[in-house]
Amino acid sequence: MMPYQLFWGIFLLPLLSFVIIALFIRPFVKPESKVAGYITIAAILTSFALSVWGLITVLAAPGHEVAVPAISWAVIGDLRINVGIMVDALTVVMLVVVTGVSSMVQIYSQGYMQGDPGYHRYYAAMSLFTMSMLGLVLANNILFMFVFWELVGLCSYLLIGFWFHKPSAANAAKKAFLVTRLGDFGFLAGLLALYRAAGTFDISQLHAMAIAGTLGGAALTWAAIGLFAGAAGKSAQFPLHVWLPDAMEGPTPVSALIHAATMVAAGVFLVARMFPLFVGSPEALTTVATVGAITAIFAASMGLVMHDIKRVVAYSTISQLGYMMLGLGAAGIVVAHEGHVTLEVAKAATAIGMFHLFNHAFFKALLFLGAGSVNHATGTFDMRLMGGLRKVMPWTYTTFLLAALSLAGIWPLAGFWSKDEILLTALEARPALFVLAIITVFMTAFYIFRALFLTFSGEYRGGAVPEHGSTAHASHGAGHDAHGPAKPHESSKVMVVPLVLLAIPAVVSGFWNVTGGFSAFFGHGETRGFIEGLFEPLTHPLPWGALALALLGIFLAYAMYSKKWVSAEKIGSRFKPFYTLFYHKYWMDELYEGVIVKKTLVNGFFALLQKIDSKGVDGAVNGIARGAIAGGRSLRRAQTGQLQLYGLFIGIGILAIVIFVFMIG
Amino acid sequence: MIGLEHYLILAALLFSIGLYGALVKRNAVIILMCIEIMLNAVNIMLIAFSRFVVPAMLTGQVFAIFVIVVAAAEAAVGLAIIIAIYRNRQLIDISKINLMKW
Repeated sequence: MMPYQLFWGIFLLPLLSFVIIALFIRPFVKPESKVAGYITIAAILTSFALSVWGLITVLAAPGHEVAVPAISWAVIGDLRINVGIMVDALTVVMLVVVTGVSSMVQIYSQGYMQGDPGYHRYYAAMSLFTMSMLGLVLANNILFMFVFWELVGLCSYLLIGFWFHKPSAANAAKKAFLVTRLGDFGFLAGLLALYRAAGTFDISQLHAMAIAGTLGGAALTWAAIGLFAGAAGKSAQFPLHVWLPDAMEGPTPVSALIHAATMVAAGVFLVARMFPLFVGSPEALTTVATVGAITAIFAASMGLVMHDIKRVVAYSTISQLGYMMLGLGAAGIVVAHEGHVTLEVAKAATAIGMFHLFNHAFFKALLFLGAGSVNHATGTFDMRLMGGLRKVMPWTYTTFLLAALSLAGIWPLAGFWSKDEILLTALEARPALFVLAIITVFMTAFYIFRALFLTFSGEYRGGAVPEHGSTAHASHGAGHDAHGPAKPHESSKVMVVPLVLLAIPAVVSGFWNVTGGFSAFFGHGETRGFIEGLFEPLTHPLPWGALALALLGIFLAYAMYSKKWVSAEKIGSRFKPFYTLFYHKYWMDELYEGVIVKKTLVNGFFALLQKIDSKGVDGAVNGIARGAIAGGRSLRRAQTGQLQLYGLFIGIGILAIVIFVFMIG
Repeated sequence: MIGLEHYLILAALLFSIGLYGALVKRNAVIILMCIEIMLNAVNIMLIAFSRFVVPAMLTGQVFAIFVIVVAAAEAAVGLAIIIAIYRNRQLIDISKINLMKW
C-alpha cells in the first residue's frame, strides 16, 4: 500500500529536476556535462517506480480509487479552489504510460542529444514537460487541468522549436502553438460553460451532476463539444491535425515522447476523464466518434505517400489517435443506447479507447525512437536515401519490426487487442464509421511496412546527400558529426537499450486485456483465463477480417517496396489524382494558410479592421487633435506679445470698471 | 487760490499723457520716460492729498520719496536692458523686438 502523499511525489520530482536544471545547472555548468540528463533520468525513474507502485496500490484498492485529501488554494467569494489530485484507474494507467515512456526517452536522449549545445535546455524543457503532463493527469479539478494543459502546450512549443535557428523549426513551433490554441479556445469556453451551469470545477462533482442529470441538455452538449474542440487541437484531430506533421521538426526523442505517446494523448485523456459528461449528450458522442473515424482514415491516406519516415509515423499517430477517439465515442454511444447510465458504467466505457492509448504509447514511441536511430546512422529522414539497414542495424530493425507489427494489429501483439475492440464497438455503434475504420486497418499495415521495407530492405541508397546532408546533419547537434553518413552503423548502447526495453511492452502490453483485466480495472466486465482469452478472438469472423486486411497491406508493401514485383511508380501514376491529393495533404495547409489566413483573415477581415482602426478610430482621435490645433492657431493671434496692447486693454478695462462703479454708485 | 482740484487735474493730465505715451510709442526710451511721467503724476497726487487732507502728517511725502527711489531703480534697470538690446540688434523699436512671438 502506497501512502497517498507519494502520489504528490510523482508529480513533484520532475518539477524539482526542472528547477535544479534551469536555475543551477544551466547557468553554472558547462554544456558538455551530462549531469542534467542524469538528474532528469533519476527523477523520472523514481517517478516511474512510484507510478508502478501506485498502479499496484490502485489495483488492490476497493473501487479502484484512492482518496487523496485536497489542499485549499484560493477562496474568492463563493469560489473555492482546491488543489487536489484524483487517483483512479484512468490516472494510474496514464501515470505509468507517461513516466514509463518518458524514462525510456530520457535515457535514449542521452545518446541522441549528446554534444548538442542546448543539452541543458533540452533536459530542462523535458522535465518541465513531464511535470506538466503528470499534473494534467493527476488534477482533480478541470481548471488545474487547463493550466497544465497550456503548460504542456508551451513545452511542446519550446521543444518543437528546440533548434530555433532553423526557420522551419521556428515556424513549426509557431504553427503547433497557434493551431492547438484554436482548440484550447474551445476548451476554455467549455470550461466556463460548465462552471456557469454547474458552479464547480471539481471533476468528481461534475461527473456526479452529469450522471444525475442536473447537468444536461444543450448546456452540457455545448460544454462537451467545447472540451472536445480542445481535445481535437491537442490530439491533432481533423481539421486541427495540420500542426502534428510539422512538429516533427523537433528532436526525435521529443517527437516520441510528446508527439506520439503523451501530449497528443492528452486530448484522448481529457475526453476519457470527462466521459460521464459526454455520455449525457448523444450529439457530443456522435461528434467524437465521427471526427475520430474521419481522422483515422484521412491521416492514414496521407501517410501512404510521405517520403519522410518521421512524417509517416506522425500521420500514423494522428490516425491512431483518431482510432482512440472513435473507440471512446463508439463505446459511449453503445452505453448510452443501453439506457440508464451509472457513473461506473460511464467510466468503464473509456476502457476501450484508453486501452488503445496505453498500447499505442509504447509501440509508437518505439517507432519514433527507431526512426531517430535510423536518422542517427544515415543523417537523413528521407526514406528514398535509406535502404538495406537491416544488416547494419539489427537491433533497430528488430524493434522497429515488432512495433510495426503491433501497429498493424497482428495477433497476438499489443495493437491487435485494442484495435480489435475498437472495431467491434464501432460496428455495434455506427456501422458507417466501422467501414472507415476497417479500411484504415489496411492502410495502416501498408504505410508502416512501406516505411519498414524502404528503410531496412534492399540496398543502401547513400544516406544524406552531401550538400543537403551537411545542413540536415549539423542541424541536430555537433555530436552527430562524428558519425559519417556514408557508413551507417548501429546506434550506441544508450540508444539501443531503451529501444529494447520499449519493445517489451510494445509486444506484451496488450495481454493485460486478454484476460479482460484492463476493462475490469476500469470497473466493468468479467475476467477470463489467459489461454482462453488469447484464442477467443480467433473464433469470431471480425478479427479474421481485420487480420486478413492487415496481412494484405503488409504483403502489398512487400511486393511493391521489397521485391519490386509491382512498380510503386506505376501504381502512383495509375492513381495519379489520389496520389497528388494525398501527397499534397489534401491541400489543407494551402487552404489554411492561403485561403483562410491570407485571403480571408489577413487581406479581408484584418485589412477591414485595420481600415476601421486607421480611418475611423484613429481618424476621430486625430481629428479632435487637429481641431484643437487649428483652434489654438487662430486664437493665439490674439496674444500679440505686444505689452503695449495689453496695457491698452488693461487701461480700457480699468476705465470701464471705474465708469461702471460710478454709474452704480 | 489754487486748491486740491487743480493738483489732481494736473496729476490726471500728466498720468494720461504718460499712459498714452507708454501705450503708443515704439521707442523704448520714450516709453521709459512716459512711465517716469506716470510715476511723477502719482507723486504729485500723493503730496497733494497729504498736504490738503492730513497736513499734520508727512506720510504722503515719505511715500513719494519711496516712489522716486523705486523710479530711479526702475530707470536704471530699464535703461540697462535697452542698452543691452541695442548692442545686440542696433535698434530700440519695440515692435521689432518680437523673436518670442508665435
